[in-house]
Amino acid sequence: MSDAISKTGRWIDLANPTRFLSFAGAVLPWLGGLTLLVLAVGFWMSINVPDDYQQGSTVQIMFIHVPFAWLSMMCYTIMSIAALGTLVWRHPLADVSAKAAAPIGAVFTALALITGSLWGKPMWGTWWVWDARLTSVFVLFLMYLGIIALTRAMDDPAKSAKTTSILTLVGFINIPIIKFSVDWWNTLHQPASVLRMGGSTLDPSYLRPLLVMAIGFTLLFFTLHMMAMRNEIWRRRVVAMRRVAARNAERGPAKQQEVR
Amino acid sequence: MGALFLRDVRLGLRAGGGALVGILFFLAVIAVVPFGVGPDLKLLARIGAAMLWVGALLATLLGLDRLFQADRDDGSLDLLIMASERHMLPLTILVKCLAHWSVSVLPLVIASPLLGLFMNMEPAAIGATALTLLVGTPAITLIGAVGAAVAVSLPRGGLLVSVIILPLAIPVLIFGVSASYGAVEDPAPFLAPFLILGAITLFFAVLGPVAAAIALRSSAD
Amino acid sequence: MRLVAEKLGGERGGELLFHGLDFMVSAGEALLVTGRNGSGKSTLLRIIAGLLAQAEGTLRLEGEPAAFEGLAAAAHYLGHLNAMKQVLSVHENLHFWQSFNGRGKYSIAEALERVGLGEIGHLPFGYLSTGQKRRASIARLLTSERPVWLLDEPTAGLDKASETQFAALMQEHLARGGLIVAATHLPLGLAGSKELALGAPL
Repeated sequence: MSDAISKTGRWIDLANPTRFLSFAGAVLPWLGGLTLLVLAVGFWMSINVPDDYQQGSTVQIMFIHVPFAWLSMMCYTIMSIAALGTLVWRHPLADVSAKAAAPIGAVFTALALITGSLWGKPMWGTWWVWDARLTSVFVLFLMYLGIIALTRAMDDPAKSAKTTSILTLVGFINIPIIKFSVDWWNTLHQPASVLRMGGSTLDPSYLRPLLVMAIGFTLLFFTLHMMAMRNEIWRRRVVAMRRVAARNAERGPAKQQEVR
Repeated sequence: MGALFLRDVRLGLRAGGGALVGILFFLAVIAVVPFGVGPDLKLLARIGAAMLWVGALLATLLGLDRLFQADRDDGSLDLLIMASERHMLPLTILVKCLAHWSVSVLPLVIASPLLGLFMNMEPAAIGATALTLLVGTPAITLIGAVGAAVAVSLPRGGLLVSVIILPLAIPVLIFGVSASYGAVEDPAPFLAPFLILGAITLFFAVLGPVAAAIALRSSAD
Repeated sequence: MRLVAEKLGGERGGELLFHGLDFMVSAGEALLVTGRNGSGKSTLLRIIAGLLAQAEGTLRLEGEPAAFEGLAAAAHYLGHLNAMKQVLSVHENLHFWQSFNGRGKYSIAEALERVGLGEIGHLPFGYLSTGQKRRASIARLLTSERPVWLLDEPTAGLDKASETQFAALMQEHLARGGLIVAATHLPLGLAGSKELALGAPL
């Protein structure tokens, strides 16, 4: 019980941007180091995987493609939670979190599309097909870009936070569509093979490096996200300080006039 | 003049993603085509060049109404017109068009090969389409300058600008698309429509700024 | 150098606001154009600036310095709007106008110092208060050299201290042989200026 209270206490502490900055400063080096370590192990494991009897060595693209695709959806989910945080709880960091996550999510989605396309060329004989999974991920990419454009179009963060949150939440419909598109429609993209009812269909020799890579990239995401949030807080402080500087410049000469 | 170019480029990049919105619109237009005509890769490959051109045309029209209106709203336009002894007004307009093109249209041209892949086009067709877009889209911006100058004093000129410009931009579309097809389909020539496209651009590089300058001068009040 | 208007008439939106205006402003003189709202002060200034065509009469600048050809080329126009971009810094804005209009007697830093904005030239123009914005656009008059200053309500939004500062700048401009035509309803603190009252019944 007391544990739960102290936990919520910690979270409220973190809501204060200054506390967040010191927390991020303390955690980031460790998180970054851990990310590098896990990713290095993951890469080493992926390279040493035996070739697939059908796909040959191209199967190794999977070890980066699948984590990118997972993260593209996870990032949007985090942004949607942050959007709820902005709209319902008015959490001061929620807006920062959503804004910082959008470019990272867009990059991961783009990487998922690019790696998928590189994988698709030898497998399907074409860079791109308009099937349900690919199209819905492309739509996700467009939504990321739309959200980024919207946040950039309004320079007052207080105003843009709400509208962006609403757009983000409306766009969340797309996430289940992406996840289940391979089951609902008959697509060229292979159906889910790792996370499914009745256990994974993937051979353990592939599953293990994939999971390590997934953990590594997830850690990478959180590292980048925390750094981006820190940058955003700093950026807002710089803006606020510049406005103060513009106001203070007025007092300077006025005083001089009085002295004269 | 270099200063004007730099200022407009800087404004386009800094003012909150005018360039980004254009590309986004282009991507979205191309993304809805397969929903409309169905995911038939052969059909998409055949209409790909035309769709890229239509998408680029619409995306180019998107931000054109702000070409002079932003300067009018803050009073810069008056000073640009007053400086016409030092800097010929048509030249000023040409520089503004070039800056607008490099910030909002050039990214579309660069993105077009990627969208060509989405449309399952052949490499030759993708290259030809990107090349024709590179040569042809400046003409759309230059024609657009006339529309933007005519509509500059209207409070809601945006849609009107597109309506005014579209009919004038049709020749650009015709020769752009036929040159793109000429590169892949055998009997159709590539070079002839491509050269005509270049000629249209050069022609409007002269006519557009001059007409826009006259319109801007008379619209000042 | 002198600015001469003969039988000048101006209209806006098809309505004749004034006609038969005769005035002459010589180098070193200021002409204050006064009158109630809608009497055509701004229209007169825009006609002098060459942004509007006059309805009747003639307007000419005699004996202007050789570097400037024609009235519009020899004039600085400070209208209601500041002609500055919100997202660019004050310095970037002034730098653009200086390289577009030619270098003047003052560098940008000196001009900003003269209007009391020396400290905040690096800030985006949009962050400034109304009075600071006005002063930044007054600094524009200093960064490029023009003998004729056309000022439309130049002191709108300025506080007392800045008004005094600006009056000193105008005096200096007149002393160097410039001329000023200013539309205003406030005294600008210029000694020995002529006054032209618009809005007398036609």
